Amino acid sequence: MSSLHISIAAEPVFHIGDFAVTNSLLTTFVVMLLLFLIAASVSLAPVTTVGGKKIKKVPALVEMFVGGFYNFLSPILGKRIESLFPLLMTFFLFIIIGNWIGLLPGVGPIGFTEHTEHGELFVPLFRGPNADLSTTLALALVSVIATQFLSIKALGAAGYISKFINFKNPINFFVGILELVGEIAKVLSFSFRLFGNIFAGEVLLIVISFLVPIIMPIPFLGLEIFVGFIQALVFTMLTSVFIVVATEHH
Amino acid sequence: MEGLKDIATAIAIAVGAIGPALGIGMIGKGALEAVGRNPEAANEVRTLMILAVAFAEAVAIYALVVALIIKFV
Repeated sequence: MSSLHISIAAEPVFHIGDFAVTNSLLTTFVVMLLLFLIAASVSLAPVTTVGGKKIKKVPALVEMFVGGFYNFLSPILGKRIESLFPLLMTFFLFIIIGNWIGLLPGVGPIGFTEHTEHGELFVPLFRGPNADLSTTLALALVSVIATQFLSIKALGAAGYISKFINFKNPINFFVGILELVGEIAKVLSFSFRLFGNIFAGEVLLIVISFLVPIIMPIPFLGLEIFVGFIQALVFTMLTSVFIVVATEHH
Repeated sequence: MEGLKDIATAIAIAVGAIGPALGIGMIGKGALEAVGRNPEAANEVRTLMILAVAFAEAVAIYALVVALIIKFV
């Protein structure tokens, strides 16, 4: 290839009926398989008895990750961490593995050429899941809908609706409209933040390795590993902060 | 037309990055001052700083998405 190959949308790899299976969807399933294998290896870990207590032999890396994240989130969430931790940890693990899998060699270059009416087109077999707006939009919707659900659960249906539609006085009425716009803006900012960061990272890596193919891309790969971690952290942290704010009684 | 598109891309990201750059600088300044005055609160300040930086950075990311759309679509 003599020119850069950058596509802002995920390309379909094959079709099941009318449903196009894109390369980012394929990678999403690889990520899910990885998470499933980790979960299976932890839950099937042998149980030993130490001093009368049953202790599960969990790999040290998993314990470090989960324990560290628990300690990081507990000051934000307080007592509610017991019920919210599974959701937030799932977000974190899925996003971070999705971000890092896009940096592996082979994600991007491996593919096939397709003959279309516009001439030959290169289609990569894999693509980072979060470099596709569909994935990040889905994650944002899950996060925001979970926030609404927990808010209704905490405040009751009447309390929840009065947050948005309030006729007590004109100021509350406008605050309610702003809140409503804020909820929609949340979906946009969640999805565009993650998509923009990860897609920009991929474009950056492609451009750098196009200009200087050896050695130069290494520091940028380090940067992208850091960005992938920070974005996963930011997504999870914002979700937890929004849930805490939405479930507060006024 | 192709040249105009390139210029539009450059202007979109360049102008869009000015505000967030200043904002993130101010957030960093504020966080450093806070930690300097009260070093015990460093962990709490760091968490809040990352959150605030993420909000400021989101604006730059919107500009980036617009630039990418102009360039590649």
